[in-house]
Amino acid sequence: MQTADLLPLVLVLAAVAYGFAYMRSRAVAAPLGGIRNLKALPVYYAARAALWCAIPALIILGAWAAFEGKVIQDMVMASLPPELAPQSEGRASLTLSQISNLAAGKLDPAMVPDGISGAAALLQELREQSSHFKTLLVVLIAVLGGTFAWTRVAPHINARKSVERTLQRLFFVCAAVAILTTIGIVFSVIFETVRFFGKVPMSEFLFGTSWSPQTALRADQIGSEGAFGIIPLFTGTLMISAIALLIAVPVGLLSAVYLSEYASRPVRAVVKPLLEMLAGVPTVVYGFFAALTVAPFIRDLALMLGLEASSQSALAAGLVMGIMIIPFVSSLSDDVINAVPRTLRDGSLALGATQSETMKNVIFPAALPGIMGGILLAASRAIGETMIVVMAAGLAANLTANPLDSVTTVTVQIVTLLTGDQEFDSAKTLAAFALGMMLFIVTLLLNVIALKVVRKYREQYD
Amino acid sequence: MSTTISTMSPTAIKETGMPEAKTTKVTNERPAETVIEEGRTVGIPFSDDPKFKLRDVEVFYGETRAIRNISLDIARNEVIAFIGPSGCGKSTFLRCLNRMNDSIDTCRIKGSLQLDGQDIYDPKRDVVELRARVGMVFQKPNPFPKSIYDNVAYGPRIHGLANRKSDLDDIVENSLRKAGLWNEAKDRLDAMATGMSGGQQQRLCIARAIAVSPEVVLMDEPCSALDPIATARIEELIAELSESYTIVIVTHSMQQAARVSNRTAYFHLGNLVEVNDTSKVFTMPEHELTESYITGRFG
Repeated sequence: MQTADLLPLVLVLAAVAYGFAYMRSRAVAAPLGGIRNLKALPVYYAARAALWCAIPALIILGAWAAFEGKVIQDMVMASLPPELAPQSEGRASLTLSQISNLAAGKLDPAMVPDGISGAAALLQELREQSSHFKTLLVVLIAVLGGTFAWTRVAPHINARKSVERTLQRLFFVCAAVAILTTIGIVFSVIFETVRFFGKVPMSEFLFGTSWSPQTALRADQIGSEGAFGIIPLFTGTLMISAIALLIAVPVGLLSAVYLSEYASRPVRAVVKPLLEMLAGVPTVVYGFFAALTVAPFIRDLALMLGLEASSQSALAAGLVMGIMIIPFVSSLSDDVINAVPRTLRDGSLALGATQSETMKNVIFPAALPGIMGGILLAASRAIGETMIVVMAAGLAANLTANPLDSVTTVTVQIVTLLTGDQEFDSAKTLAAFALGMMLFIVTLLLNVIALKVVRKYREQYD
Repeated sequence: MSTTISTMSPTAIKETGMPEAKTTKVTNERPAETVIEEGRTVGIPFSDDPKFKLRDVEVFYGETRAIRNISLDIARNEVIAFIGPSGCGKSTFLRCLNRMNDSIDTCRIKGSLQLDGQDIYDPKRDVVELRARVGMVFQKPNPFPKSIYDNVAYGPRIHGLANRKSDLDDIVENSLRKAGLWNEAKDRLDAMATGMSGGQQQRLCIARAIAVSPEVVLMDEPCSALDPIATARIEELIAELSESYTIVIVTHSMQQAARVSNRTAYFHLGNLVEVNDTSKVFTMPEHELTESYITGRFG
């Protein structure tokens, strides 16, 4: 049986073990005068049986899936006659793919040497055997585990404890998966970044003012030297993010104040979800809204005022991005404003302060750290946003302070560097990883600051 | 005591449209009153010189009737204590006096509530002015997360009571002195108020309330979050403040009511059951419910 079929089978077995252990625990409890004479509730005995049945079997299944291919491969390669034994790694993988294609029937046996077809037959056979063994072993272990736990349903055994312990470990594993994935991503990016700095000096990357990542694909190509200065990219990112925050912070904050302090309950119940829906609009929709509606409007407006403007501008991208991140600011600020203790509000009102004085003098300063957290989150989001910028701000890496000019951002450049036909080890492709690393560091810093601020906030009242 | 309280007269009650009360003889026998009759208060609920004149007050939270037809005078410069079991409406009633219930959407108030003859709930009335005259101290000390100085200066700044920095300094110093906090706080006026002890915080809140020179100070269980020493300190303070302010205090501690107040009002299930001189309430209660409560049979 295949792994995909075994998985549900194991789960069915676990369910069966659950049912049997449940019935047995009730049966055991009945002569004693009810389940309260057991050390644990029947569901715990049942759950323990299910866990005993499923977990060892799943571990075996996982291990088998992980090592099966490699072991069979080695056995097949070892079985090759000496004259066919591959000399190099490249030959080996070629031979191997020949064998597996032959075994899968994609290759005509007449076209390969005898030794190869023999190996293909062996591969086929080994695979079948492995599959049989696996099925047998997994089912056996599952049944044994379930039976063992079933026999251990006894009034004096506390199944609650062992189930609790197992669940604890399960939760730990889940948390570890997320952490390990993050670490894995960071390391893969770090390795590529180091390779990139082998090709382009770090000082040029960090302090260069020109970005044009066109490297020569062939040795005889001319005119494509490549320049990897990230300053234009970061200024572009900063400008667009700044424009976005300039829109989102005041609008978001004031709408949060309205929602939390002034809006009546029914209004709030309607407006808040509507505002949060802004965050649910796909960014690509914002992107074409920016590119097709906002950018031309800004260009026309600028022309009317006698200003030069390109049809793609930082302003258009920033404006639309600002709209997009409003809910981050408003929703989080609303939550922190609501979290300010009612007693503070009452204290201020009782002194004769009006609602807006209370807001300005007491609630806002008290909620400020939390609000800052929300703003920083919105800033992280703005810095990481790609789609709107690609569509509305353009691709030209201009080092400019004019918001009517077209600029580009770090994320956009990462996308353009990695799309299209590329050599994987050229400076151009590797630059994407270096940019990603820089972006990661910047957003990480922002997150650290946000966390610190939020933590400080938590200490304020307790 | 400057307060003049009229002795209970059936005519006074008649004038306000209340059912005629049975004249209760003050004896040491077991009181006869056992049931609550709505709108019927035994003892001395009225005064010749009322600061607050409250008639037929009813408060609703949605459909729930939290205060049932209460009439009461609060005399000028008296200290009156509201006692009663939890949920009896004494805090709700207190919060009507400076309209702190306004911020609760579902809360409705009926009846006539007057401060110095002016209707508190007049829609044209400026609630800011009302609250400047009727200050409040809450159950839990609630200093703003600002410096000690800024906490006290908060009210005066809002009401524009000081033209110069030195005026403000004076107000802050005087208020802290009156609250008995000056010696402890004078060297750390710039320190965060939230860093003080609970008792100090509560005295700071009192200083903050009196910094705007109110006429009345409402106190909603001001000592319930404090230890006995801090409580004693606050009680002393109440005694000092009673010379210049009308004080209404809600308390769960009958000893506290006995120690600090001139008059005591006993609330039960939204009714005002009995009001009388404090010494009388605690020695010879007229209503059986009052007696049950003060002897600890419930509540």
